[in-house]
Amino acid sequence: MMSDRPHFLLIVVAALVYLFLMLPLVIVVGAALSDTTYLTFPPQGLSLRWFENIFEISAFRRTIITSLQIALLGTLIALLIGIPAAYALNRFRVELPKWLGTLFVLPILVPEIVFGFALLKSFTVGTGAPIFLSLLIGHTLIVLPYVVRVISASLASFDFSIEEAAISLGSAPVKTFFTIVLPNVRAGVIAAFILAFITSLNDVSVSLFLTGPGISTLPIQILAHVEQFFDPTVASVSVLLMFLTVAVMAVVERTLGLTFLAK
Amino acid sequence: MTSRRFWRRNGATGWALSAPATLAVIGFLLIPIGAVIAGTFMDPRGVFAPYIAYFNSGFRTTVLFRTLQISAITTIISLIFGFMTAYVVSRAPGKLKSLLIVAAVFPLLTGVVVRAFAWLIILGRNGILNQTLLGLGIINEPLEMLYTQGAVVIGMVYLFVPLMVLSLVGVLENIPKDVLQASSSLGASPMATFWQVLLPLAVPGLIVGAVLVFTGSFTAYATPQLLGGERQTVLATLLQQRAMVSFDWVGASTIAAIMTVITITIVLAMSHVARRINPMAT
Repeated sequence: MMSDRPHFLLIVVAALVYLFLMLPLVIVVGAALSDTTYLTFPPQGLSLRWFENIFEISAFRRTIITSLQIALLGTLIALLIGIPAAYALNRFRVELPKWLGTLFVLPILVPEIVFGFALLKSFTVGTGAPIFLSLLIGHTLIVLPYVVRVISASLASFDFSIEEAAISLGSAPVKTFFTIVLPNVRAGVIAAFILAFITSLNDVSVSLFLTGPGISTLPIQILAHVEQFFDPTVASVSVLLMFLTVAVMAVVERTLGLTFLAK
Repeated sequence: MTSRRFWRRNGATGWALSAPATLAVIGFLLIPIGAVIAGTFMDPRGVFAPYIAYFNSGFRTTVLFRTLQISAITTIISLIFGFMTAYVVSRAPGKLKSLLIVAAVFPLLTGVVVRAFAWLIILGRNGILNQTLLGLGIINEPLEMLYTQGAVVIGMVYLFVPLMVLSLVGVLENIPKDVLQASSSLGASPMATFWQVLLPLAVPGLIVGAVLVFTGSFTAYATPQLLGGERQTVLATLLQQRAMVSFDWVGASTIAAIMTVITITIVLAMSHVARRINPMAT
């Protein structure tokens, strides 16, 4: 019998890869807690003053709010249009053409930076639409593929004969959808919401082009700040974002188990 | 009664339900990108003039080849280390395996800006690595590590190794254990089982992972911007400069078209190859 244990050297390589993955994040946390005016690790003197500094810089305050607004609204709109689409793709699999499924994956297939530029050139500049609206449209589209894919995966294991049974017993189709179908894919909807929200919050390539006077998103503000200052403020913002990620992961773990995200 | 008629099982309901999402993708993604690409062929200087101008510029062809080179190196390194790590993770006992998967998901959910910034602190002139090496007396002068191709590749590998590990763990777990046991019980050495049974079965997964990493690094913006700067300009940073700094819309559109065509060609070609090797793979 072959032993199930991988070769010793492979285990060493894997351990080093994990060290490589974790160490930079540990360093960011350390740098954020440093009392110095420059970035250093290990931290010299512990302090939270760089966290306070985030909220004292109005550009950070403003962009954090914009980012959260865009992520929340964009995700909700993507769910609003993505859930019916995912439902139709599964329920009417025979009637609808195959390319329709591919269409919804396009926003992650084409380079994001090209999409951002095209949206600016053809839509924002072309129609004179406000920046906030353009940002919202851009973010809705880049998270749409995650929504459609995750909810489609949930619907794939849903037995549609249950829905037909409810309808043939007199339940209205729309009511059936909300009382029978949706509760069965609840886990998928939560996962889709979280993935979409985080993707939107972290997006750089689309937001890069859709900023204007007084409006920008947090990642773009971080990029701009890093190019001018080399102080621990950005490290603190990074830690703040990491905390948010941990919180979100804890919610996912509670509701679905984290291996769900690996699929 | 009306509800029953509404429920008629036909495509019209399906089309109606998917219409908002379909129109959004067509109206805000396909048409704008199509317009950008079409615009490059309507240049007053001639149909292919922007492309001739692009490839006649030594700087811009260098940028294209640099981007391809960085993406290729990143893909190869991520494949090698991602595969070895995924193999160990897929063999780990239950509790440890979940922990290792969480540890790979976490960096993925952390934004690209944060992850590039981490390497800025490490590799900078007054960064942690230089401070440590100076402190240990290994070097006398700080090393110039930032704004090199190496820095960009490290940042990109950091970005994409977790993605590779996670997609390969899934692939390796789908390979039935019986197959590997059959191989060893019929006398194959662990090495032979690895090279002749496990690796060929994992090839479609490796191709999918490679495509994800290659196209991801080919179009990445934040990492080359922060770690490579102007000295390591890649297509994405050049596109941003042309559009937002020089307001050269034709130049930016040409770069956008080149990026789109290369990305889509690679995705289509490789998914075709993956399907030919293993018709079961999607």
